[in-house]
This record gives sequence, C-alpha cells and structure tokens, in this order.
Amino acid sequence: MAGFRLPAPARVALLAVLVVAVQLATQASGKGFYLTQLTMTAYYALAVLGLSLLMGYAGQISLGQAGFFAIGGYTAAFLSTVDLSAGRGGAGVALATRLGLLLSRPDLYGGTTLGVNPWVGLVLGVALAAGVAFAVGVPVLRLRGHYLAMATLAFGTIVSAVVVGTQRLGAADGISGVPPFPFLPGLRIGGGGADRVANYYVAWGLVGLAMLLLGNLVGSRTGRALRAIHGAEDAARAMGVDAARLKVRVFVLAAAMAAAAGVLLTHYVGGIGPSESSVMKSVRYVAMVAVGGMGSLWGALSAAAVLEFLSLRGVFGAHDDAVFGGILLLVMLFSPDGILKIPARGLLERLRPRPARPGEGS
Amino acid sequence: MNLLEVIGISKRFGGVQAVKDVSFRVRKGAVKAVIGPNGAGKTTLFDLLSGFRAPDEGTVRFQDREIQGRPPHEVAALGLSRTFQNLKLFGHMTALENVMVGRHVRSRAGMLAGMLSSPAARREEREIEARARAEMAFLGVEALAGAPAGSLAYGQQRAVELARALCAEPTLLLLDEPAAGLNMRETGALAEQVLRIRDRGVTVLLVEHDMSLVMRISDEVAVLCFGEKIADADPRSVQRNPEVVRVYLGED
Repeated sequence: MAGFRLPAPARVALLAVLVVAVQLATQASGKGFYLTQLTMTAYYALAVLGLSLLMGYAGQISLGQAGFFAIGGYTAAFLSTVDLSAGRGGAGVALATRLGLLLSRPDLYGGTTLGVNPWVGLVLGVALAAGVAFAVGVPVLRLRGHYLAMATLAFGTIVSAVVVGTQRLGAADGISGVPPFPFLPGLRIGGGGADRVANYYVAWGLVGLAMLLLGNLVGSRTGRALRAIHGAEDAARAMGVDAARLKVRVFVLAAAMAAAAGVLLTHYVGGIGPSESSVMKSVRYVAMVAVGGMGSLWGALSAAAVLEFLSLRGVFGAHDDAVFGGILLLVMLFSPDGILKIPARGLLERLRPRPARPGEGS
Repeated sequence: MNLLEVIGISKRFGGVQAVKDVSFRVRKGAVKAVIGPNGAGKTTLFDLLSGFRAPDEGTVRFQDREIQGRPPHEVAALGLSRTFQNLKLFGHMTALENVMVGRHVRSRAGMLAGMLSSPAARREEREIEARARAEMAFLGVEALAGAPAGSLAYGQQRAVELARALCAEPTLLLLDEPAAGLNMRETGALAEQVLRIRDRGVTVLLVEHDMSLVMRISDEVAVLCFGEKIADADPRSVQRNPEVVRVYLGED
C-alpha cells in the first residue's frame, strides 16, 4: 500500500495498549474467564498471520495451513505424553535426562512419568512442519491458482487422514493430558486459572512479536519482492527475484508459524484432537485472511481476533464451520479485497497528499 | 568488443519454428535493433536471451559467459535487464516501489535481516530508494513516485518500467517494443532517452515496429522473417536491402 502508514513499532505499541485494555476490562467486568478464549485466539492468530504473508503478500493460496498446525500440535502432544520411564536404566535415557531433553513429572497415580521436554517438542514440531513444507512446497508451488489450491487441499487431507487413522496419535479421540509448557521459570503455558492472566500476556506478546517481525519483513526488500511476485511474476523474475525459491521460503515460514502456534495451543489447552487438522480449519484460516484483506497483516489479525474469539465463545453454535464457509463465500463474491480494508483505504486516501501530475514540478 | 554473441539459436513450438538458426552480435556501447513483421520470432528471441525460454539449439554468450537455459533471475544478476512488450508493472505497488524492485539484483538484505530491520538492511533500503528516485528523475517521472503504478497513463507506465530496468544497473538493456502504444511526441522522447541511456555506457538491444525510431537511434539493425535472420547491417544498408524491402518495408 502506498502513502501514509504508521511504522511497525508504533502499530505494535498500539496493539500492546489494546491488549492491556482488554485484560483490564475483563477484570473490571468480572469476565476473567474470557481470557482463556482470548489466549487461544492469539495462537490461532499466529497461524493466520503466517497464511496472510503467504496469501496476501506472495499471492499463493494454501488450503493446507491446518495440516501444519496439526503437525506441530501432534508432535508436541505425542512427545510430551509418551512415557519413557521404562527406559530409565538405559544410558540413552540417562544422557537425555542429563541434557534436559527429558522431564519427569507426577502422574495421576502418585508415581512419576518421564516425557520429552516440551521445548524439544517445540523445536521438533516446528522443524518437522518446516521440513514437510519444504518437501511439499518445492513441487507444489510451481502450480498456480486453482491447481495450487487443490494440491494444498490434498496435502491437508492427507495430514487429517493420517491423524485420524493413527492409533498412537489417539485416532478420533486425539491426545489429552498434555502437560504445561515450561516457558519461563515460574511461567508455564497451560490451563489453570492461576496462570490465566500471565498466559494471556504471553500469547499476545508472541502475536506482537510476530507482527513486529512480519511488519518489518513486508516493508523490506524481501517483502517488496513478494508483492512483486504477486503483481507480475515474470517481471519480478526479470528483475532478479528468484521467485520459486522465495515462494518456498515463505511457505515454510507460514508452516513454521502454524506449527509453533499448534505446539503452544496444545500445551495451553492440554491436548489436541483431529479437528485441528481438518480441512475446515484451513478454510477458516483462509476466510480470516480474506476478511482482513489481501496484503494486510493488521486486517488479518483483526479478523482472526474477532472471528476466532466469537467462534470459541460458541456464538456461531453448531454451525461454526458453515459460518466460516459462508463468510469466505460472501467475501469472494462481494469484496475480494477484504472488508476491513475498504473504509481504512478511503480514509487514508483523503489524508494522503495526492500524487503530483507530471509538469506540476516536483 | 562484443557484449552479446548469439550463435545459431533455434526454438520450435510444436510444428512452428519460431526462431531458426539465428546468429548475431551486439557490440558493447551500441544500440542494436531487431525488426521484422509480426510473428517473425522477435519476442521469442528476447525470451531466449533473457532466460524465460531455453533454446533447442545454439549458444548465447553474454560477457563471455554462456547463458542459454539459465533462469531469468540469474541472467538478470549477470547484468542483463529487460522490459516487456505488454507492460508488466506491479499494479498494486507505487511507481517508486516498482522501480525499487529493479534494484533487487544489486542488493542483498535477506529475509532475516528484513524481519529484524537490521541497520545494514535499513542503510541498504535507503540506498535502494535513492537510486530508484534518481532513475525516475533521469526519465523525468520522479513526480509520479507515490502514485499506484496501475493508475498511471500508458506512457508513464512505459517510463516507470524503463526506470525499473535501469535501476538494476544493467550492462545490456533489452527493450521489447518500447514504442508500442506511444504517441509521436512520446516516441520522440523515448528516442532521446534511449540515446541518453547509451551515453551512460549501457548497451541497448531493442525489438521494435516503429521504423522511424529504429532508423533514428540504432547503430545496427538485424531483420528477422519467419524466424530467420535475413539482414544485419547499419540502418541505411538495411533500408536498401531488396529482400528486407520485399518482406517487411514493402508491406507498409
């Protein structure tokens, strides 16, 4: 977008003020329990932001974002709930424990279980998603338009089918009993009322960090190249942009963000189910990016914050998926540029000095 | 000294021989034109030179490197910059941003540096913008910097596209029908701009329909007809070449 815009740090500061205000408002009105859904919303927003970069800036659609979210979430859930205490005598387990890769924790029956340190799960979950994204992205991102949409849809379907069909991943029940994530000393990402406020700030702090980094990125040389690919790929290539490589890198980045979000959300809510990998979740992410407007990280964030929160509060009832499908349909029909962007654009246009015509001096 | 040497390149699409055993040279510092009737293979030739298509046979030697079959971004990095017959601007970006993309090949800040907005990346970004503004000023379109490229008049878009190609600081500039869609006054300005670009030391190879423009600015003219080269000489000789007159000039 041309013309006037707040620099990324100023926008992030604005976001911080808003986040604090919402927390204070929930406290003052005795609705502290809203923070649970608001925290979950923040993690989903991370996945949406990655997709916004891919779709809105690079112009590459993906209907597989939920697949990457699930890869992260299931990796975290599997590793942190697997019990390795039977191998306690072994040298490998002892070494891994010494290195901090394994953590023991009390189980329900007063004993202890030995599971993988959630930090290891985070690293492995993100790495696995990034690796899969690279392997899928290299061939698939050569496709365009509908073909890319269908290929990523097929990928999402595969992840979903694998998850539902794998007993070790809990099949249709998913994995529960996922322990909290030891984020900082004394601060764990997990459910439980005591940590609710802290968790809210951690989650939205991560969103703020993502907005800062991605905001910088889209305004940089790389961001310009991404938008150029979206605008006219041939011309971008003629200007020295390695379009194929850049698209894959953004695809991997988007997948890594979704996976990280999946890991943290899984620890926060204490489990993950196959619905997180479903194609309807991917459609929902696409709908949020579309509502926020292509090429607008802040639009995508706003759409995700509002719609996801309403959805988690159960406002859409049993028709949740239908609502998101409907939203996507309506946006595509009536305002493919997004609905949040229109008033903002009109306003900015009025504030911005009009470009001088040639001959009017410079 | 030859900056570009094309040796026996051919390209076939199904049953159509678009370019057939074409050879020619472009001297460093010269303005060379390739002309020919519609369908003569001119745009295909440009695509072969700039990496958008690989020739079936033949060699393209640019600054003593063989570049045939290399992808466009690598060719661009070697110093070959091009424009397109059907303007390919990034319509939703400003004119300035369009021109700044031209600098991609001469800058290096990566994804991580961009995310962290490192001091080096910010410094480079300022250099990119200054260079882009200078190129726009060179072509007299600096006042359009903030305008969305898609909103510009056709002639202005041509100039922005040219500024974008120049911003890459090319050694060889390929212009694909730069006068298409321009009125007489704009074509005159273009002729003068091409000569000023040459005077900066940039070698220019253009494909063009507008004969008066070609004759006015070119040091050498090659003529293509049905994918084959039928003449290659200075503009006066080409104009007098009976075969050229028959297949091309005679048509008008």
